[in-house]
This record gives sequence, C-alpha cells and structure tokens, in this order.
Amino acid sequence: MIFDVVVLGGGPAGMAAATEAARSGARVVLLEESPAPGGQVYRAPPAGFEMKPDRDRQEGDALRAALAVSGADIRTGCRVWGLGGGPLVPEGQPDAPFSLSALGADGAPFTVQARALILCCGTHERIIPFPGWTLPGVIGLAAATILLKAQGMLPGQRVVVAGAGPLLYAVAAKILAGGGSVAALVDAATSGEWLRALPALTARPDLLAQGAVWRARLLAARVPVLAGAQVTAAEGDKVLSHVRVGERVFQADALCIGHGLVPATEASRTFRARHAHRPEDGGWVPVLDAAQRTSVPLLYAAGDGAGVRGAAAAPAAGRLAARTALHDLGFSLEHASEEDAALERARRTGAAMARMMALRPAMVAAIPAETIICRCEGVTRAEIEHAATAGASTINQLKHFTRCGMGPCQGRMCGEAAGALLASARGVSVADIGFTTGRIPLRPVPMASILGDFDYADIPVPAPAPI
Amino acid sequence: MKTRFDVAVIGAGVMGCATALFLARGGMRVVLLDRGEICREASGVNAGTLTMQMTRAALIPYALRAHDMWMNMPAWCAGGDVLATACPGLSVAFTDAEAAMLEERARIRRAAGAPIELIDGRAAQAIEPGLADGVKLAGHCPIDGFASAYLTGRAFRAALQEAGVTLMEATPVRGIDGRFVLDTPAGAVAAQRVVLAGGVWLQDMAAWLGVTLPIKVLINQLVVTERMPPVMRTVLGVASGLLSLKQYANGTVLIGGGWQGIGDRTRGGVAVRSDNFLGNVRLAAHTVPALRQARVVRSWLGLEAETADALPAIGPIPGIDDAWIIGSVHSGYTSGPYMGRILAQAILGEAPELPLFPIDRLLHQRSNSA
Repeated sequence: MIFDVVVLGGGPAGMAAATEAARSGARVVLLEESPAPGGQVYRAPPAGFEMKPDRDRQEGDALRAALAVSGADIRTGCRVWGLGGGPLVPEGQPDAPFSLSALGADGAPFTVQARALILCCGTHERIIPFPGWTLPGVIGLAAATILLKAQGMLPGQRVVVAGAGPLLYAVAAKILAGGGSVAALVDAATSGEWLRALPALTARPDLLAQGAVWRARLLAARVPVLAGAQVTAAEGDKVLSHVRVGERVFQADALCIGHGLVPATEASRTFRARHAHRPEDGGWVPVLDAAQRTSVPLLYAAGDGAGVRGAAAAPAAGRLAARTALHDLGFSLEHASEEDAALERARRTGAAMARMMALRPAMVAAIPAETIICRCEGVTRAEIEHAATAGASTINQLKHFTRCGMGPCQGRMCGEAAGALLASARGVSVADIGFTTGRIPLRPVPMASILGDFDYADIPVPAPAPI
Repeated sequence: MKTRFDVAVIGAGVMGCATALFLARGGMRVVLLDRGEICREASGVNAGTLTMQMTRAALIPYALRAHDMWMNMPAWCAGGDVLATACPGLSVAFTDAEAAMLEERARIRRAAGAPIELIDGRAAQAIEPGLADGVKLAGHCPIDGFASAYLTGRAFRAALQEAGVTLMEATPVRGIDGRFVLDTPAGAVAAQRVVLAGGVWLQDMAAWLGVTLPIKVLINQLVVTERMPPVMRTVLGVASGLLSLKQYANGTVLIGGGWQGIGDRTRGGVAVRSDNFLGNVRLAAHTVPALRQARVVRSWLGLEAETADALPAIGPIPGIDDAWIIGSVHSGYTSGPYMGRILAQAILGEAPELPLFPIDRLLHQRSNSA
C-alpha cells in the first residue's frame, strides 16, 4: 500500500504533523527511532519507568495522546536507513512515491511508500572540539538531558556543565535536583548577550520564570557561574578527572558540554533539496517556502531540523507542513486552522535562543592545531589546514584529502567545525565550502539485518561487461 | 598580452592529469581546466581496483604497464601517492555456467598477457582464507591490487604544479572558438592544441568541435563498510565481473562491481538504487561470509563513460588538427596513467609505446548507421 504521508521523526513537529494529517483523513505513517514518540525535549521515559512528570513531560504527553488516537500508523524503535523515490528517478521519468527502508523494532527490514514526505528529523548536538573532548566522562549537554529526563540518571557525581544556550541552566538545575553537585557552570555567552536576548524572552514569561528558578537554585548551591568563558581542556588519566577553564581548574568526573544544535539534513540532502547556510538557524538548512515546502515537490520539513526554533514552536510548524502536504495532494481541508499568537511568541523566543546557540567563530578559531576534529578518522585541525593549503577547496574535497567525515558518523559530529576551519583557512565563507553529498544509508546499518535470507540464484546479477 | 598555452587539457581526471603532467615534462606550456575540482568525478570515487580480471582483453597490455605505474606512483608523481597496494586477485565462479564463462575469459585474457591461472575452490581458499565455500573454479592473477582512489587528486596536484602546469579548477569550459580559444567564466584561454579529457562529458566536449561522438553513461554504485578486523587479503571478483571486493589497511571493505544507480550526464550521480545496493551487498556477503558482521556506512556513485564498442577513445580528433581526445577506457582508472603517458607521447611527436585508440571507427559507424 502507498500511504498519503510518511513523517520521518517523532519529535514535537513530527507528532503534530502526523496527528494533523491523520485527523484530516489521510493515510499516515510515522517512523521514529526511539521506543516512544517525543523527541529530545519531550522524551518519554522507558516503559514501566516511573518518574515525576515535569512540565516538558506534560506537553509531550499531550502530543503523544493526540497522536495515539489520530489514526496514524506509528512505528517506533525503527531505524530508517534507505531513502528513494521522489525526485530520485532516472532522467525523464516522473517523480515516484517516496520510499523509506527501515529496520523495525524487532530488527526485521521493511519499506514504506508514500506520496508525500514530511521530514521532522530534529538536530545533532554541536560540540566544538577542544583538547580532551574525546575523553571518557565528556558527554554532550543534550545527551545529559536524555540521561536526566528519561532515566533520572546523573551524568556524574561532580559535574562541570559548559557550552551555550538555555540547556546549560536546565541541565545544571536537574543535576542539583537529582542530588549531584555542579563544580562549575561555564557559559560561552556573556551576561550582555543574555540581556540582549531578554526582550525576546519576555514574550514567554513562563520560560523567564523557569530560568529564574534555575538560576536561583545555582545561586543557593553556590555553583560558580563563569560567563563569557569556555572550557580550554578536559584532562585525566584515561578518564576525566579535571576540567580547565583558562587558569581555573575544576575537579570533576563528568563534563556535560554542548555549543548548540545543528539541523539534521541528511535526508533533505539525499533528496537533493536546495539548502542554504544560515548560522542563526543552526547552519545548513533546507530552503523552505512559507508553508514548509522544500524545493523538492511533495517533500516538506518542519521543526528544528528545518532551522532551530525550539520545541514549543515545532508542533505548529508540523501542523502547517501536514496541511500543506494534504493541500498539495488534493485533499480538501475543511478549514485552515489558525495558529495563534502564542506560536509567534514561541518562534521569537526560539530564534533568540538559536542565535545564542549559533556557532561561535571565535571558539573555532581557538581550537589548538593538534586537537582532533574528526574523531572517527583522527583528523586534526593542523591536517585540515594543511589540506586547505594543498588545494582542498570544498568540504567534499577535504574528505578526499584527509578522510575527515568519512567514518561512521559521516560528518555529523565534525562536519560543521571542519567546514568552518576550511572556510577560514581558504578565506571564504562556509557557504562556499558547501555541504557533503547526502547518500544512503542514513545511519550505519548492520549488513546482517538487511541481507535477509537469499540463495545465490536469487541475486539478480546483471549481464557481464564485454570481454 | 595574454598567455597562449601550447596545450589546454580539459578535464582534470586521472587521464587529463597524466596527459597534462607528461606534456609539461615534455616541455610544453600546459593549462589543465576542470569545471569542478581535480579528480572529484570518476577518478576520485571509483573502486580503486587495479585488476586484470575485470579489464577488457584489448586493454591488458596497457593495464599491466599502468599497474606498475600505480605501484611506483611516488617515483614519477613527485611523491604523490594513492596508497597503491599489490596483492593477488581472484575471480570466482559459483555455478557451472560461471565456471565456463571464467574459463573462456581467463583464456582470452591470458592470451592478451595477463598471467591468470585457473585453480579450484580449495586452492582459492588457500590464497584467500576469507573466501566462501562452494567455489567451483577461480581465476588467480598474481598481478593485482588496489588504490585509495579518493587520494588521486591530492596525489596529482603537487606534481602538476611542480611540472609547471597551470591548474584551473572550478573553471567550466563553455565552448571552443577557432583554434583554440576556450570560453570560460574566468575569461578566454588560448592554446595551440586542445585535449578533451572529460569522462562521460566527452560527448558534449566533442560537440564543441562539431564532432558527434555518442558516449554512454554508466552509473556505478559503491558501498563501503565501517572499519572491521581483517576479513580478506586479496582483490576478489566474480566471473561476470559484477563484484569487486577489497579490504583497505584501515579496515574498511569496499564493495563494488558496477551495479547501476540512478543518474545521468546532466544531474550526475542522483541516487543509489536500493535493489541494486541489496544485490551488490548480498553478492559480497555470499563471497566473503565474514562481511555479514560488517556495518555499511556509506554508498556513492561514479559515472563511467563507454563508447559504442566499449573500447577507448584515445587519439587525434579526425579533421581537426591539434585536437585530441582521451577517455572512455573500460576500467579506466586501472589503465589511466599509462593512457595519459602514451597520448602525451603522440602529442609531443614521439611514437607512442603502444598504439592509441583512434576514434575514426566510432564516427564512421555513426554516419553509416544514420
């Protein structure tokens, strides 16, 4: 069967998109990697795991509840690896239905086809490399929120929390609430930056109040807050034992660090949609029209994967993408539901936070020469700059010169820093450096799970080349 | 006054680079232009197989000499290196029909100079312990090997500059006026001679000179695994030629063989076809069972050019003095540097070590059938 709409990613944008489309009578399937829909902010705890629901959980539960009764086919725990169809057809042929190959929660491979595809793929965490960033004990800030939110786990007993954006304060407060200690909070933003963000934040008094509570907790626990500062090294014998911030040294068994969020564009790149480099949106993003259409017919994007605006703004974008998709598919919609002013406020606040979490060029410039940038392939800043001198002028050419981005992460971790370093070494903008070509698999895929049972005779070996 | 080059080479793949390098070393002032970056199309994304058992019989004398060039690349390429590795090659047959095909093809290739011997499955497993059971017959060629094709551009770049070649990347030639003024966004580039070395785009380039040369486009798929413990130590193929397998020193296994993806001359490589992806990895896992433990991290596409008779287009362009062409060499990466060397010899007025592949036959064929 061919679905009307497939939604890739079950975060707030994806849940809302699938709900909206299914409610309108479309045949909808939602594919999500986690065991339950929710995404990072609205992540659900594992089944049977009792936790006191926080505010985010309640928002997430509401979206989950609506999705559950929407009639959408919800497939969780599945790993999508293959993308095809749409514009990916031989020359002169009409576009095909979108086709997504995945491994189900039980490991069995399956493929879904749909006339329209809504990408709600969220983001990757940005970590700008620094000496020691690959040491055990150093984890992402977003990774820390997964531990804290979904599992009620502390990342360590004595933790340094560092990076940029509101997540810093949320993570620090949750560590304190969970009984851990926070050795220091190292905020890349100056207090001046926070002050300048204030007008946008006043649009969401609820968030301001939340932020004030977090800060009060830090104050009460006498946590040193270093503003306009950054971690210079993570050190320790085999595992982390202390964190350097300039002259200051903090003993710690965990460092939670994150410098913002980078939209996940593997799928939109694979479908050859047009992209633009917009640092204030998180980096490379698919170019969208006002109704969430990408440049590829019947391919849509919503949520942070289309430009970081935060979880609160995502559901409305998802609903809009769904309505646009249904409109383009020829469904007659009863009424275009009006998104209220709250959405605009959420977007404004999200944009202010996204600006604060945007890539900080000074931080990239400060990376020492021998620091590893690509951890899969062990490529250092010095090697990237040497390649730039030797003639590498684009990110794809940099891969060929150095193997940077050719490992299992396929540049998800290193691509942005590598691009910024290459651009700066060549004296051009990141937009000129380009982005890596999108190709399947979307995630590394175990050969054993896709091979299936086959006989040699079943392999459709093509005709041999002439001798 | 503007520089007038002795020769303009259009297309900076392995054949364009080698031709330009040897022309410059022969004393010519050379400009090498590419619409993109050096060796970033087929020459940088192919499987790097340096095998005789996938090479067309007519090309084996060339491939044997090119194999030697690859293995000694730093010596003639100013230290440039593609990590070429010599190892035995095996081409295996799992069925009687494949065994018959293998026998015939090995005989023809042996006659052309490739030292291929036929061995049974057990002997093949002694050479390649990673090989599956059930092999009925195998062709074993001690002269085989592989390179890291993605390093090709880096390897040639320094040598070209050292030889004094003017390299103009990201400079698409839009047309050729007179004899010869190249129209580019960077301005007109004038040269006494021109060499077309544009891979699958040779058809468009020939049209600039009023020559109709049909070039078929093959969209070859490749798949690479994560680094894994050693599972094989040869270059492995199957009798039909539709598999190439090798494990690099870094542990990654490259799976190829010419399974077709989606793409064309205009759009380039568009997408990997998932049914062919699956067929290709199944064939690989059938041949080396330990690959079942691998994780696939990436697939990609490369565009291979083919003439009407699937033999190369290398030589002068008929009717246009001082215009030359090079390309459409089956398994072209393997033979590439040697093809560039002999074309350079011809352009420099020397007798090429081995005969070129003049394109008159392809043009006549066309006019006869029209």
